[in-house]
Amino acid sequence: MPDPVRVSLTVNGRTYERDVEPRLLLVHLLRDELGLTGTHIGCDTSTCGACTVRLDGDTVKSCTVFAFSAEGCDVQTIEGLATNGELHPLQRAFHEEHGLQCGYCTPGMIMAATAILERSPNPSDEEIRTGLEGNLCRCTGYHNIVEAVKAAAGEVATHA
Amino acid sequence: MPDQITEPAIDSQLAEAAGRAVELPEPEQAPADTGKGIGVSVLRKEDAELITGQGRFVDDIRLTGMLHLAFSRSPLAHAEIRSIDTSAALAVPGVRAVYTYGDLDFHAGVPTGSNPTGDAIQPERPVLARNKVRMVGEPIAVVVADSRYAAADGAAAVFVDLVPLDPVVAVEDALRDGAPQVHDDAPGNLCCSIVYATDGFDEAVAGAEVVVEQRIVNQRLTPVAIEGRGVVAQVTPASDEVTLYTSTQVPHFVRTFASVVNGISEEKIRVITPDVGGGFGSKLNTYAEEFAAIAVSKKLGGTPVKWIEGRSENMLATTHGRDQVQYATLYADREGRVRGLRLRIVSNMGAYLQLLSPSIPHLTLFMAPGAYDIQNYACQVDCAFTNTTPTDAYRGAGRPEAAHMIERMMDMLARRLELDPAELRRRNFVREFPYTTATGLSYDSGDYDGTLDRALELVDYAELRREQAARGTNGKRLGIGLSTYVEVCGLAPSSVTKALGIGAPGWESGTIRFHPTGKVTLITGTSPHGQGHATSWSQIVESELGIPFDQVEVLHGDTAFAPYGLGTYGSRSLAVGGSAIFRSIEKVKEKARKIAAHGLEAAEDDLEYVEGRFRVKGSPDRGMTIQDVVGAAWTAADLPEGVEPGLEATTFFDPPNFVFPFGCHVCVTEVDTETGKVAIRRYLAVDDCGRVINPMIVDGQVHGGVAQSIGQALYEETVYDEDGQCLTANLVDYMVPTAVEIPRIETARTETPTPTNPLGVKGVGEAGTIAASAAVVNSVCDALGVDHMDMPLQPERVWRILQGLGEKPIEAGLAETKGGGAS
Repeated sequence: MPDPVRVSLTVNGRTYERDVEPRLLLVHLLRDELGLTGTHIGCDTSTCGACTVRLDGDTVKSCTVFAFSAEGCDVQTIEGLATNGELHPLQRAFHEEHGLQCGYCTPGMIMAATAILERSPNPSDEEIRTGLEGNLCRCTGYHNIVEAVKAAAGEVATHA
Repeated sequence: MPDQITEPAIDSQLAEAAGRAVELPEPEQAPADTGKGIGVSVLRKEDAELITGQGRFVDDIRLTGMLHLAFSRSPLAHAEIRSIDTSAALAVPGVRAVYTYGDLDFHAGVPTGSNPTGDAIQPERPVLARNKVRMVGEPIAVVVADSRYAAADGAAAVFVDLVPLDPVVAVEDALRDGAPQVHDDAPGNLCCSIVYATDGFDEAVAGAEVVVEQRIVNQRLTPVAIEGRGVVAQVTPASDEVTLYTSTQVPHFVRTFASVVNGISEEKIRVITPDVGGGFGSKLNTYAEEFAAIAVSKKLGGTPVKWIEGRSENMLATTHGRDQVQYATLYADREGRVRGLRLRIVSNMGAYLQLLSPSIPHLTLFMAPGAYDIQNYACQVDCAFTNTTPTDAYRGAGRPEAAHMIERMMDMLARRLELDPAELRRRNFVREFPYTTATGLSYDSGDYDGTLDRALELVDYAELRREQAARGTNGKRLGIGLSTYVEVCGLAPSSVTKALGIGAPGWESGTIRFHPTGKVTLITGTSPHGQGHATSWSQIVESELGIPFDQVEVLHGDTAFAPYGLGTYGSRSLAVGGSAIFRSIEKVKEKARKIAAHGLEAAEDDLEYVEGRFRVKGSPDRGMTIQDVVGAAWTAADLPEGVEPGLEATTFFDPPNFVFPFGCHVCVTEVDTETGKVAIRRYLAVDDCGRVINPMIVDGQVHGGVAQSIGQALYEETVYDEDGQCLTANLVDYMVPTAVEIPRIETARTETPTPTNPLGVKGVGEAGTIAASAAVVNSVCDALGVDHMDMPLQPERVWRILQGLGEKPIEAGLAETKGGGAS
């Protein structure tokens, strides 16, 4: 087995340092090493988007990023989205618009949606749907997820 | 120990307590009506954890010293196991053990519960393969390791020497003479034949003026709950107790069957269902991996073990759905009045029976006549084994297959008679309720014209038909498809489930427990995984008891504290489980009335219960809140004679009948004749699921169901090659539709309560999946002017029809296609 590699990164504003297997995926670092289990795993082909996090501002599927390649990066997960105990507008909107049922895809959906709203503060339905193309949901038919992103639009700028 | 109470200190405490009674915290006299009762779109109390990453799914559970499991699975569809060499796996760093059949202690195989004919062949299925494998993905060995990565390495290093045998894959091939045999004890690969006919069927349909025939393939699908399955198991050797965390829809079934398979006394087993990331029927089952995990923990002397299913593994090892080939014949007169229906179904069971496999097409048999008054009906269902993943319940479970068939046949008949499909449906609707169907079901209530009329009005059907005529056949063609479905759910009266050979009863449990402070805990036997039971059940409490929604806690999914529950599937939870809660509310209310009458020195009949308070009729100032009654029941110092302390009730509700939701879905498509691409311009669902507790949740259920059924109609298909390799066992090759493919879904409702249960509710979890595929396919066939196309209507298939090439790919031989399904 190859030697462990040291990785240091910031997650939700806190710095961590770990020695990890070179093949360890970022999602497993977050979940198994750091205990941040809000980021989920729904496939093994980078298709479902349940593991979506922000990495230096980009949305990435954390099942497709080696932990070591996040060296020095700033990662944001669903656990880091609320500020000072106040829900992020997207979190509130998913609740208010019934944008979740089983809730398994939800963290990835919300993280993907944060980037959509940063790119386009008042996106059209089509922009939202295209922006969520990398995130699968089997419960909601996406209808209320799109409604939730629309409802949160405009609020995100003021929240940040 | 009364002797000890002579201690002076305790004595004085008792004396003091007797003097002032025990002091309860002041009951919170919150407003009885917080506007969160029945009929209101109350936001879900389930959401807070799930939107903040604090949900607790099975892979989020980590026990001290826990090891990880991975399964080595068959790469072949049919083979003899000559030998298994685990030495390379054991040499992998981090691997602790590798077990094969015979290393672990099992008392039975993976259970099946369903025997619709009483003589169905139920081949044994060892938890780990013994001698033979019969499907790709069948577990052969289980690897125990320090980490999930090491376990996966170990599973890849298990060497299994397999001698390939000829597989049989397509269900109709399985029944041909000379087909490879999947099981020695199932000659001809036949599991069972379910045969049903109304009296004098042949005479009744002889000489029918119009006969429409069609072969319809309801293709195999993969459920793809976004969370796969997963298990954490721990055995305590000293006590033989087992704790099993599992992602399931049926925790009590898992416990009962684990006791049988693992040979552990049932009361020693605690099954805990944490948050569950979707099920759709795929977790309405008990699986090899659950039993294997318990056996491994036992073998290891109590070390906890975890197994988390990978997606590609899930798409082989977790049940699939549908996979029926249907031959339908509809008999009618020239006015479009349907005289009879003949149906033959060949249903693919896969390699083994799971819990309900042959009962799924049995449900198709029952619901095939649909919303129409068809009293002459004959049906034969042949259930056959193949070397594929077992099929079982998938959202709708047999009823989408029925609805798709009859709704397609009605459209074909309308086309033949040059009648508008809406008009043809009107000429055949059932209108008198209760209505006894040709299969002996009793449709409880309905207004099929009502949902059809409402749908046609909302889409402006006449205008759409005008637009369609004006547009003609150039460029993008417009199609309008209807689906006027009826479904059966709320499974079910236990006497009926027994008669159907389902192997489990149909009742549900519900407990209400008051705490001394007036707060309420409900314990439901249902096992929600996204349906919002905690919210809906709390709404029932607020409406019926005047306890504020936010003061109700709903517990479920832990066999240690819940009375036996049958779980969540078949759109049954509200109709059966909600009714159990309702009945328990009635019971506590009745007891509370006695206590209040005693306290108020009034006759019980003189009391009325208004907004959480018993008050004397005519003297509304004289009253007692439910919180005060709860306090009195707890202190128990002054209860009426014969009344026990405490306020708690449990009900096991066994419904007298099924419930039959119905509706009309309309799909408007535009079909690009150049590319074959189908675009849904508008989708409208008008559903009637009886009385509605939470409209927001009902709409959400419809959205999700419709999306899954649009997936079947246009995108999804589980494909095997002739060697039995699944070509779609990952999410790249199997197309779960995304937000780009699924359109906005408009919803509307009518409300026709059912007399079957005290709430008047039906069910809505599967309505969308049952209705939508026919609406979509009817729309595309309408656009193209063809009789029939099989799903999924991917662009290539549509394009071939448009080119007159038939359905089959060119390489399969054009000469054989004879125009496929196109007329």
